[in-house]
Amino acid sequence: MEELDGEPAVTVIPGVNSKKNQMCFDWGPGEMLVCETSFSKKEKSEMVPSCPFIYIIRKDVDVYSQILRKLFNESHGIFLGLQRIDEELTGKSRKSQLVRVSKNYRSVIRACMEEMHQVAIAAKDPASGRQFSSQVSILSAMELIWNLCEILFIEVAPAGHLLLHLLDWVRLHVCEVDSLSADVLGSENPSNHGSFWNLPGNTQTLTELELKWQHWHEECERYLQDSTFATNPHLESLLKIMLGDEAALLEQKELLSNWYHFLVTRLLYSNPTVKPIDLHYYAQSSLDLFLGGESSPEPLDNILLAAFEFDIHQVIKECSIALSNWWFVAHLTDLLDHCKLLQSHNLYFGSNMREFLLLEYASGLFAHPSLWQLGVDYFDYCPKLGRVSLELHIERIPLNTEQKALKVLRICEQRQMTEQVRSICKILAMKAVRNNRLGSALSWSIRAKDAAFATLVSDRFLRDYCERGCFSDLDLIDNLGPAMMLSDRLTFLGKYREFHHMYGEKRFADAASLLLSLMTSRIAPRSFWMTLLTDALPLLEQKQVIFSAEQTYELMQCLEDLTSRRPVRGESDIQQLQDEDIETTKVEMLRLALARNLARAIIREGSLEGS
Amino acid sequence: MEEIYAKFVSQKISKTRWRPLPPGSLQTAETFATGSWDNEENYVSLWSIGDFGNLDSDGGFEGDHQLLCDIRHHGDVMDLQFFDQERIVTASSTGCVTVFLHHPNNQTLSVNQQWTTAHYHAGPGSPSYSSAPCTGVVCNNPEIVTVGEDGRINLFRADHKEAVRTIDNADSSTLHAVTFLRTPEILTVNSIGQLKIWDFRQQGNEPSQILSLTGDRVPLHCVDRHPNQQHVVATGGQDGMLSIWDVRQGTMPVSLLKAHEAEMWEVHFHPSNPDHLFTCSEDGSLWHWDASTDVPEKSSLFHQGGRSSTFLSHSISNQANVHQSVISSWLSTDPAKDRIEITSLLPSRSLSVNSLDVLGPCLVCGTDAEAIYVTRHLFS
Repeated sequence: MEELDGEPAVTVIPGVNSKKNQMCFDWGPGEMLVCETSFSKKEKSEMVPSCPFIYIIRKDVDVYSQILRKLFNESHGIFLGLQRIDEELTGKSRKSQLVRVSKNYRSVIRACMEEMHQVAIAAKDPASGRQFSSQVSILSAMELIWNLCEILFIEVAPAGHLLLHLLDWVRLHVCEVDSLSADVLGSENPSNHGSFWNLPGNTQTLTELELKWQHWHEECERYLQDSTFATNPHLESLLKIMLGDEAALLEQKELLSNWYHFLVTRLLYSNPTVKPIDLHYYAQSSLDLFLGGESSPEPLDNILLAAFEFDIHQVIKECSIALSNWWFVAHLTDLLDHCKLLQSHNLYFGSNMREFLLLEYASGLFAHPSLWQLGVDYFDYCPKLGRVSLELHIERIPLNTEQKALKVLRICEQRQMTEQVRSICKILAMKAVRNNRLGSALSWSIRAKDAAFATLVSDRFLRDYCERGCFSDLDLIDNLGPAMMLSDRLTFLGKYREFHHMYGEKRFADAASLLLSLMTSRIAPRSFWMTLLTDALPLLEQKQVIFSAEQTYELMQCLEDLTSRRPVRGESDIQQLQDEDIETTKVEMLRLALARNLARAIIREGSLEGS
Repeated sequence: MEEIYAKFVSQKISKTRWRPLPPGSLQTAETFATGSWDNEENYVSLWSIGDFGNLDSDGGFEGDHQLLCDIRHHGDVMDLQFFDQERIVTASSTGCVTVFLHHPNNQTLSVNQQWTTAHYHAGPGSPSYSSAPCTGVVCNNPEIVTVGEDGRINLFRADHKEAVRTIDNADSSTLHAVTFLRTPEILTVNSIGQLKIWDFRQQGNEPSQILSLTGDRVPLHCVDRHPNQQHVVATGGQDGMLSIWDVRQGTMPVSLLKAHEAEMWEVHFHPSNPDHLFTCSEDGSLWHWDASTDVPEKSSLFHQGGRSSTFLSHSISNQANVHQSVISSWLSTDPAKDRIEITSLLPSRSLSVNSLDVLGPCLVCGTDAEAIYVTRHLFS
């Protein structure tokens, strides 16, 4: 465990007297639950805690900001586009694509900044106005850092181009001094400036540029030596500035809003063809000179310094500490990883830095009631631990409507997470059964291909039939279709309804053989056999003989099977005796009917046709 | 497909609907309503696309959509319909049906009427009361019909406190959507792949007709009726399949078209140009199905004179044509003969497109990526 870089912040829980009573807490994925206990710090404990609330503490409030949500959603699209960039692309085309992605991210940050700025201006009370303004400055700092990283790490601007990019970078972020800096930069020798910066499409090499610049620099020095402008102190200080004299530049400190502005201006006049690896010398000295020992560097300054030193890991580490949300570091690290700039040094639980940050970010999204859908795609692109994390998170999303459940199921099915599909469908099916929505329950068990649950639902139907004598939800049972094959019990249910239909259409022979096959094939549950045999009664009592002798023997077999297994009753109460009476009567009637049918069947089969 | 504007709105959009234009009006659609879902606080919002931005070369308005007003909504907005020019009816995941009233003078929305226990599993009287989400709502002034996960159908009338008619346990599974066929008849789709037609003139709780899919009983999620031919109905299923049914004939669909890779959430016939059909799906795409017979020479005659007359005369020419082509454009069982042209309207695949609506040349849709897309040039 590393040392803490700063003191941890203290959050006071309202309503809890932490001096008197102890608090307990539990960690969640992105939040913490805290409440007061009845254990007091003194010896005797009070029975009732004074504060009756449980508090949820969130560290990441950004996720709940309306405007930042747009950042999360838009950057999600950019992230996906980046992952899908063809791995085959190399060289210039790949670099230009990566630069475009970086610019997209930055434009999204800027759009957010703009909107937040508008809201800050329009804010009714000063407290929220200040909060929005501080958010704007955080976003602005993020964009500043990202832009610098883009120039140094992604664009990888060579000497010459480097300063151009840095000039743009400063110009973009120091816009209020833009007009003034133009004066400082451009008055003397404008034509020289014009031709000097004609770099794009220019065929001059770096050496040619250096020579030209040296020549110009020496000319300026000569003017200074000759005291050409000695009469005009302003022009002389201007000349000194153009020669890159640090003291002269520092005299204009009010015009230079910060040290990196000073750095770039200094580079412009003293070493415009600076090479990237030399930057950090100038950066460190510029920072020291600018601050002049009066103030100490702020976190932002340290981050920028680390960037100038090409220490990517330090940049990411400092940003992680300084920012409250993982969004920035996760996306920046992912982009830099695509530029193949991060060595894969493993963190202590085995994944690399990019994956670690993405996992943290995505977990934070899952803690939000709505943004979890974005988190899914981030987990997809974490090769080591993404799938496992997704499996754990997705089961815990609260499902209050079927539509949300369908979306979650679709996510699981697309990733072949069959376990999760089963468990979610089972939960929903149980809920449906409890609410007496048997059709819904069946539809969930069909989706999960859960034969056991389908059997449960069918048993429910059959039980209802036994109790009430008729089926509820005939629209479902009569229209099962191929779903009937999911479980034996369900097939039985469908076939039984078919039997009813045949009987209703007076197709007695077919009905009879169906009924028999239901019993002999053993798909009918034993508890239902009595009902089936009772259903056979009217068929046995018909004028014409329906059951053949063979079939009658089989029916008798089933009846004997059923009655032989019945346990012998000892002492029993009146209700049981009555039930037994009914049972015995039924069995008697069946035996009689079967015997009669057998007789008629034998006679009919033994006679000649037509006689 | 040109000029489709996207705007990120910080809420997942579950429903979008254009405000209906006054009958006989020559304007194009200007205002639409949206409902959000899955937030701790959900909102019903009203947006406008007219009167902002600059005029473009065609004389149409540019610029993206602006929020006019919104109001908090308890529970997810499961369905949303315009009852008339000022009133919006919403179905909530708490089982509540609400009528919102829009006040154009001060641009606010207020609750006009509410039926809080429209859908429930165990009733308000019982000790274990639990509400059920209301999944679909359809209006035909003054009647409102709602369906829910409790398998119940309610018939409400605006300004009546209680339901005019309730069919309990109309279905043993979840009813996903409902639409009117002819005025006293409605059609519902459920999660075991059945269409049921209910006639409110009849007493009793049985449907007058049941139609179902062949093969697997895939849940059906959306339904829409052909604007002119009241017996032609399109449904979208959980496997992304688009089915066209003729409710007069038989109990099976007339044509099945393999469409999306995931649940189809909404299907809409274009109200004034019904040879065009639109579907949106969980797979993040929105498709435009064009079954109009291809007569390029004829349509060129009508290309002068502005946009609105182009497709108006196109549909007239269709009707003047052999009657067969109009009838059979959707009911044709021979996909090779009547080519259907399918276009994907969204620029890139996003998260699920939950809802869409079309009115004239305008289309609006909302996604789970918290974006609303609007285009005003559907047919150019």
